[in-house]
Amino acid sequence: MTLLLETLKPYLLPLIRVLVVFLGISLIVAYLVYAERKILAHLQVRLGPMRVGPHGLLQPIADGLKLLLKEDIMPAGADKGVFLLAPVISVIAAFTAFSLIPFAPNFYITDVNVGLLFLIGISSLGILGIILGGWASNSHYPLLGALRSTAQLVSYEVALGFALVSALLLAGTLSMVAIVEAQQRQGVWFVFLQPVAFFILFVAAIAETNRNPFDLPEAESELVAGFHTEYSGFRFSLYFLAEYAAMILVSSIAVTLFLGGWLRPFARVRALDFLDFTPVAVLVLAAAWCFRECFRYPATREWRWQRLLLLGLGVGALGISAGLLLPARFLPGGGEGLPAFPALTAIQGVFWFMSKVFLFLFGFIWFRGTFPRYRFDQLMSLGWHFMIPVAIANVIFCSLAIVLSRQMGWGLPATLWLGTAATLLVAALLRREKA
Amino acid sequence: MAQPQDISTTVLGADEIILNMGPQHPATHGVLRVKLKLDGEKVIGSECIIGYLHRGVEKIGENRSYPQFAPYVDRTDYVAAVSNGLGYCEAVERLLGVEAPPRARWVRTILTELQRIASHLLWLGTHALDIGAITPVFYTFREREEILKIFEKYCGARLTTHAFRIGGLQYETYDGFEEDVKKFCRDFEEKVDEYGELLTENRIWVERTRNVGILTAQDAIDLGVTGPVLRGSGVRWDIRKAFPYAAYAQFEFDIPIGERGDTYDRYLVRMEEMRQARRIILQAVDSIPEGPILARVGKVIKPPPGEVYHSIEAPKGELGYYIVSDGTIQPYRLRIRPPSFINLEAFDKMVRGHLVADVVAIIGTLDIVLGEVDR
Amino acid sequence: MTDEQKKEEQKPASPEAAKPAAVAAKPPAKPAGPAPEPLDNEQVRRLRARFAATIGEATLDRKQAIVVVARERLRDICQYLRDEEKFDFLTDLTAVDWYDRSPRFHVVLNLYSFARNERLRLKVPVADSCPSVSGLWSTANWLERECFDMFGIVFEGHPSLKRILLPDEWKGHPLRKDYDILKQDTDWVRENLGIESGQ
Repeated sequence: MTLLLETLKPYLLPLIRVLVVFLGISLIVAYLVYAERKILAHLQVRLGPMRVGPHGLLQPIADGLKLLLKEDIMPAGADKGVFLLAPVISVIAAFTAFSLIPFAPNFYITDVNVGLLFLIGISSLGILGIILGGWASNSHYPLLGALRSTAQLVSYEVALGFALVSALLLAGTLSMVAIVEAQQRQGVWFVFLQPVAFFILFVAAIAETNRNPFDLPEAESELVAGFHTEYSGFRFSLYFLAEYAAMILVSSIAVTLFLGGWLRPFARVRALDFLDFTPVAVLVLAAAWCFRECFRYPATREWRWQRLLLLGLGVGALGISAGLLLPARFLPGGGEGLPAFPALTAIQGVFWFMSKVFLFLFGFIWFRGTFPRYRFDQLMSLGWHFMIPVAIANVIFCSLAIVLSRQMGWGLPATLWLGTAATLLVAALLRREKA
Repeated sequence: MAQPQDISTTVLGADEIILNMGPQHPATHGVLRVKLKLDGEKVIGSECIIGYLHRGVEKIGENRSYPQFAPYVDRTDYVAAVSNGLGYCEAVERLLGVEAPPRARWVRTILTELQRIASHLLWLGTHALDIGAITPVFYTFREREEILKIFEKYCGARLTTHAFRIGGLQYETYDGFEEDVKKFCRDFEEKVDEYGELLTENRIWVERTRNVGILTAQDAIDLGVTGPVLRGSGVRWDIRKAFPYAAYAQFEFDIPIGERGDTYDRYLVRMEEMRQARRIILQAVDSIPEGPILARVGKVIKPPPGEVYHSIEAPKGELGYYIVSDGTIQPYRLRIRPPSFINLEAFDKMVRGHLVADVVAIIGTLDIVLGEVDR
Repeated sequence: MTDEQKKEEQKPASPEAAKPAAVAAKPPAKPAGPAPEPLDNEQVRRLRARFAATIGEATLDRKQAIVVVARERLRDICQYLRDEEKFDFLTDLTAVDWYDRSPRFHVVLNLYSFARNERLRLKVPVADSCPSVSGLWSTANWLERECFDMFGIVFEGHPSLKRILLPDEWKGHPLRKDYDILKQDTDWVRENLGIESGQ
């Protein structure tokens, strides 16, 4: 028995982490959809889901159940095997990539020295699912959607790659964990040194995930639903899952590379250490909201479950926040060598990482509510005539800046900003030329 | 003159496909069916297939008495029922040789201009939605709702209002009508600017609509398009000025026109038309004369033999009624000149050489209502 | 030529001429209704001078100018009106079924001139076919198709004359007066919609 445990030990912890990440991401995807509906609704002067559970909090579960119970329809003349396989490819690619994301210094599935390269490779695989799905449907709309998707991926992958290279120049490593550590060491998030690269990464990320204003492969008003027009029920939900997981993935990559990953804002300023208590504050606020809503609901029988749920959520949030504030000296052994609040410290990384990711995701949703959709040729022109040249210019000028600062002993940030200024000049010239 | 080719019978090239859009498609605004011949995503031919909503309204018209038919016209362009009613009632009045009293004409003008705003709001929301901006539609529906509330308070119906009656008005205005209308106009001024902020200067919006679906003034006249589509092409022609009806001769307003005749120009024209409509309403609501609301037309409406063509500037364009009377209580022939139907004919000309994404932009900019196309 | 002109003028004019009599015979309507009156202005005179026999009666009904023209030279007349009289806009094209007259139909063209801000209505008495004006105004394409669909009038020279609102295989032309309002192509409905005829 002990032997078995000993043999399994190297596999057990990663397995648990894989499970936590997989279930966590699935849950986040479900509630990301809810958040998107709610945020869009409030942008559009309406309420969004309000029926299932208090404030529609159980809506994602109802949606999931509905999708699972729906009939799985396959068009006549579809390429059966490919049709069934395509959504699975998309989902697998999106979820595999999460194995390399460092959510916290103490919480990631694995870290390899070619991490970023592997990430780009595996996330590009997801597009294969879209192309195959569009082709196998044997229908014109999905075919056009798949073709658009291919062209879009090819053009924006280049710009994305160059933006990543700009960050790598500063970090000097491909390992995701080491990139964050480099930011910690240098005392600055790379977004402040490489704003242009960050911007390009952001735009390319939106294009890669087929989000508005680059949602041409789906383009509801033109191609009905693009590549997944013919998919229904469970298979449709797989695509859905893959798309939202990809959104979280690209946000995670951007956060890791440019926004300091798990690092707290101003991690080295001791005077701002009280920011460490933000998770507690957020939980207490959430609890307060739950209690307020709970008492705002009418105290009748039909609202009982809603109120109970809210009460439970509030108590749960309060409980967790209390648990986070468990001081080290109450732990066995008097908490020797542990920080003052071990639980709080343990979740710090994940909390800040996810907060930044949500900031990104909010941007995605906000764009969707604001922008019209680009046309296919305009999208390509933007990619090839603007994004890629600017990204290349940025890589060149920033490499120059780094070399200069090493040779001449100039300060790195100042030299890099000079490089950024040169890149912006190129961008301005490109815009002038177009107009 | 390039006649639209019959794409169903042409032989397809190696890289060409036929894409069928509609009659059930999110962006064809009803049951329009468009067959597109594509080279990649470029449209090289198109054919509109219509008639899915054909109800034989003109035939019904020949078999109903004049007042009986009035509710049917509401159901042709069902998002601008008040305008349809105005056109029909005025045509019959002209056939009878009577004129509605001033008070009726003033109220008709106010309601018709409100309807123009409502119709344009619906167009704006759906047009933006087609191009991928999903938010404006909710804002425009919010304002449209205020107009529909005024209609509901006036005549009890929101959509198919049947607000007018041959010879004048169905109902006297309700208490507080003027205040409601003024309040709407007051609020609407900044609202229409708000839509402008979302779209007019929006780079993506401009890129999506500039130089898309260009119709030169000459083509526009040749194709017989009317309304904002004609004005967007730079022809300053509006029936409200050319052949003033209702009380339009009394009010000051401008006719906006475009320069290039593209989708963006038509967008600007319709936005400005909403502002001008507001201007007309404000002038009219301050000067509604007192007096009767119904001319003496008699209980049985029996126009003397003869014929009349009367048209008004509906939100979609020239809405004409050609009525031939044989002296009985039923029209001998009742023809509705549908602006949507004739504007849709320009679709093929506008869409050639554009991409699939532009097809929906062009359908949106034509502002068609299938109830009126098919009748 | 002059003989022919007289004949041509007489033929379409006769049914029109019956109208004013009908007004007079009618019991006095509540508001004294407007009645058509003859029209003889510069424009009509120019038309007569140029196209002589083919221009029939010209009337003014409810202040609207109506000219009856013969179908033989319709295209020339339209070309002339479009290019020289500046009636460059075809507002509407439709037909009226006078089932007890001969020829049976009136094809009605509503012209408009931007330059003069005037309308002119042409009426073409036809039996079952009419020259197409779609070469002059593109807009006539669909209007003539609709006219064919509803009345069965064949427009000669139309590029693709087929039904537009009704299904291609439909039998009958619904706006003809002998097509009852409850009538429909029951065979088509049964075959294509899978429902028994009726409401």
